[in-house]
This record gives sequence, C-alpha cells and structure tokens, in this order.
Amino acid sequence: MSLLVESIQYLFDNFETFLQLLQEHVFLVVVAEVAAVLVALPVGILATRNDAVKRYALRVGNVFHTIPPLAVIALVFPFVGIGMKSGFVALWAYGLLPILINTITGIEEVDESTVEAARGVGMTENQILKSVQLPLAVPVIFAGIRTSTIINVGNGYLAFFIGAGGLGDWVVTGIALFNNPQILAGAIPGALLAIGLDLALGRVENRLRTGDEPGQRSTTAAA
Amino acid sequence: MTSTIIDFENVTKEYPDGTVAIEDISFSVEEGTTTVFVGPSGCGKTTTMKLVNRLEELTSGKIYYDGQEIRSLDKIDLRRNIGYVIQEIGLFDHMTVAENVGMVPTLLEWDRARIDDRVDELLDLMDLPAETYRDQHPMELSGGQRQRVGVARALAADPDVMLMDEPFGALDPITREKLQDEFLEIQAQIDKTILFVTHDIDEALKMGDKIAIYRNGQIVQYDTPKEILTNPANDFVREFIGSDRLIKELKFMTAGDVMDETADVTGKTLSELGAAGVEFARNGQGYLTVERSETTHVALMKIYEGHVEGVLVTEGEEVVGTVTEADLKRNLSEGR
Ligand SMILES: Nc1ncnc2c1ncn2[C@@H]1O[C@H](COP(=O)(O)OP(=O)(O)OP(=O)(O)O)[C@@H](O)[C@H]1O
Ligand SMILES: [Mg+2]
Repeated sequence: MSLLVESIQYLFDNFETFLQLLQEHVFLVVVAEVAAVLVALPVGILATRNDAVKRYALRVGNVFHTIPPLAVIALVFPFVGIGMKSGFVALWAYGLLPILINTITGIEEVDESTVEAARGVGMTENQILKSVQLPLAVPVIFAGIRTSTIINVGNGYLAFFIGAGGLGDWVVTGIALFNNPQILAGAIPGALLAIGLDLALGRVENRLRTGDEPGQRSTTAAA
Repeated sequence: MTSTIIDFENVTKEYPDGTVAIEDISFSVEEGTTTVFVGPSGCGKTTTMKLVNRLEELTSGKIYYDGQEIRSLDKIDLRRNIGYVIQEIGLFDHMTVAENVGMVPTLLEWDRARIDDRVDELLDLMDLPAETYRDQHPMELSGGQRQRVGVARALAADPDVMLMDEPFGALDPITREKLQDEFLEIQAQIDKTILFVTHDIDEALKMGDKIAIYRNGQIVQYDTPKEILTNPANDFVREFIGSDRLIKELKFMTAGDVMDETADVTGKTLSELGAAGVEFARNGQGYLTVERSETTHVALMKIYEGHVEGVLVTEGEEVVGTVTEADLKRNLSEGR
C-alpha cells in the first residue's frame, strides 16, 4: 500500500516530467494508430476484392506481428534512425495486422444473402461496400482498432530504447535503479491510458452506428 | 392481344463447379400474369430467377426482357427495373424499415418527399402501418413482417416485373395463407408480371396463371393450373400434385362449369319453385343451392352434408341449372 502512495508521491514530485512523458506516449500511440488505420483499412477493403492483395497484405502484416515488438523496433531503427520517427514506424507496423484482419473478416462475414439482396436491388459494388458491407462491419473493424491501440500503448514503453521517449523512460530507468515507485508511476498511467483510449474508441463506434449512420429518413446510398 | 415480357430460349446454366442447375429451358411469360415455378429442392428455381436479373450469367441460350436480349442491357438498370424478393429475405439490418423499402427509389434518385410518400403507401399496402413500422429495424420484426418488408422493398420503384423467390416460405400455414390472399388482392390492383417460386404445389395452384413444374433442372410441364390438374404430363407431375388431386380439381371448377342446364327447373326463381321442384336437391330443410360461381368442391360438400343427390345452381334468385354427384364424376379428369 505504501508503495502505491510512494509512487503517487513520485508522480507529483515530478509532475512536469510526467506530463512531458505522457504527452510523448499518447502522441506516439495516437499518430501511429491513425497511420495504421489509414493504411490497414483501405488495404483490408482492397483485400476483400482481390485475392492477391489479400495474400500479400496478410503475409506482411503477419511478419510484423510475429516478430517481438522490441525486434520490430530494432529492425526499424537502422533505417529510420534514433528518435521519435523510429517509434512511429515501429508502432505503426505493429498495429497494422489486427486492423487488417478485422477489416477483412468484418466485410467478408456480412451475410451473403444481404449482399445478394443489395446486388438484386441494383446497387453497384461500390454502393454495396459503402452502404451495406462497411456499416455492417463497423463493430468488427472497431474491435481490431481497439486491440491494435491497446497493444501499442504497451509497445510504446519500448520506444524509449530508441530514444522516442514516452512513459518507458520511467519504467526502464526505474528498473535499472531498483526504484519501484518510479516504475509504478510510469506503468499505472499506461494502463489507464489503454483503458481510456479503448473507451473513447467505443464512443466513436457508437456514434458511427447510431448517430450519423445512414439514418433518419435521409441518406442511404449514393455513388 | 397478349405480349410476352420474359422469354427463355434453350437456356442452360452451369455453375463454375460443374453443377448444371438448369438445362435447355424454354418458356415465355405473358405480361401482367403470374407464373409460378414449382418443384423439389435444388431443381433450379432460384437459378432461373437469378438469370433474369443477371445475378448469374447464363451459360448458353438466350433470355429476352421485353424483346431485348438481357446481355445487351445494363445489369444495374435491369435490376432496378425488376423487383426481387430473395429467398432468404435479405433485409438490411442496419437500416430502418423505411430505408429498406426506399432503397431502390433512393438509388434511382427520386426526391426525398416522393420516396417518403411511396414508402408510407407501400407499408400501408402491406398492412404494416407506416407510423408504427417505418422507423423500426428489421431485427424487431416477426418473420411474417420481415417477409412483407421484403415484398414492399421489391415493389418500391413500381417495377413491371417482380421476381419472388419463396416470398412466403418461412411462415406458418395460417400466416402464409393470409399473405397469399392479401397478395392476390394486391396483385389485382397492381397488375404486374410476376415470376413466383415455391415448392408448395397448393401455393402454386393458388397463385399462378401459369405453372412451370421443375424436375432436376428441366421443366416437365408448363401449363395453366387447370391443365396441370386435369392432364398431368407424367407420373412425376401426378405424384407432385399429390393424392388429393381430385379435390384440388374440384376447387378449380365452378358449379356453372359442370351444371346441367336442361332440367325443367331452369329459369324459375326459388320462390316460384315451391315444393314442386326436383326431389334430388331437397331434404327436410328444403332445397340445397350453390351460386353459379362457387366451386364444385363446395357443391360436393353440400351434397354430402345434406345427404342429397344434387344441388340447384342459382344466380341471384334464379335457378340456372342443377349439379348432381354424377355430373361431378363425369367432369373429373379420371372419369374421362
Ligand atoms: N453458386 C452456386 N454454385 C454452384 N452450384 C450452385 C450454386 N447455386 C446453386 N447451385 C446448385 O444448383 C442447383 C439448383 O440450385 P437452385 O438454388 O436454383 O435450386 P432451387 O430450386 O432454388 O432449390 P430450393 O428449393 O432449395 O431453393 C442445386 O444443385 C444447387 O446446389
Ligand atoms: Mg431456391
């Protein structure tokens, strides 16, 4: 119990640094994640329409994902160099696969009869994707984004090794110095950050599904 | 003069895996009529539907839509012009009932107000009051309601042709019969060309102007319900119709069709007849009568229930003929 008090004490004693590290960590995760979504989502969509794309995309995603995160970081940094940039690239690469897989499964698991009906009423393939498959795949795709985000909050700790900063600073230094309060002061905010980002994504998902979904008598499909 | 709107000429469909779903099929559908495709599971009924709106491409032969070879028509336009009720219903679960029904008009870029009016009109027609149902999601509906929404969606843009693949398939017999009756009424109002799939011969006989009986990818008989009942092409058709074929046949003839008009009561009114008429149509309660337009099935029921040999056929007050058990027997196909 006193350890927890001590770590809170540590955090407030070094509040300036804490904010700095937290900001770096959030920045790293969020930017890498946004970039991962921007790549994995379109590639995932493309993969559902082209088998070759699907094979290669999954292969690449798998490679990034099966090597331990530290190794990914180690692999990236000779190319990109030390600092924040390597951190981004490593986290981005590591975050791709869950989004990719879930985008593909989400779209492919939309009921065949629903797609057939959409085709039967005369929707074009693009309209089917936009108005039927993607909306129905939203929960699965978001599950992928959430998984990927949580993984990367964790991986963000390793970014310290290549000088990308983040909460890893306190955890790694704390371990080296046997400073338990410092370790916890770095670790607990990360856990809270993961939970916080997950909740935030949950809200975005709900908005997408109910709020401005093809809703209220207005929008449905367009070219 | 009647004109045909859908024509199949020696059409064969082989799926990529080698399954020949239909083989060398030819038939024509007249405009404004209902043609029912009936047969056992897997005989190619759904495939036939999908060939019409080009969800599947034919392997050989030709299909014409309103005189034009369908391969020369734009697929998307063709589908928007043909209403399709798919076997699995296939509603868009993430959209409201109104959005489902309004889908084709939306694709055709009707203006909003027109779509809303059309959706309300159709929901009311389908006995799903718009105020209650338009904003519900398909998941909240019963099986029967979902099928109605499926039918409404297909009707939305007022297509000339409707493909209905077992539209009342997943329903209990009572709801099914109710929807059939409603649909017959609706069809009388909207007057569309309908291609209707079922594997229930009774439904086929009830709904169809023409019936195509399928077996293993081929049509074994294409005729009016009456012809199919009275002249089954072969044992397969006979068996498919079932052992109660004669009862079905009785339901397809009216008293007027079989009555004897030469009886000396003909031309009199019931009250003129008094007690002096034909004995064979009378029991303790008086004369037994059927309307000219009632089926011979009703006449037979009355004969048996009343323990008489025959009934009087009336049109309004006037007696126009008589029907006896012997008349019925003579007119049933088995007797010929
Ligand atoms: N996409 C497909 N690929 C390969 N074979 C298919 C395909 N669709 C249907 N078939 C086969 O073609 C045949 C006819 O199928 P179809 O769906 O037209 O039958 P159906 O008469 O509608 O049957 P049911 O009453 O069960 O709906 C069946 O043997 C079926 O297995
Ligand atoms: Mg079928």
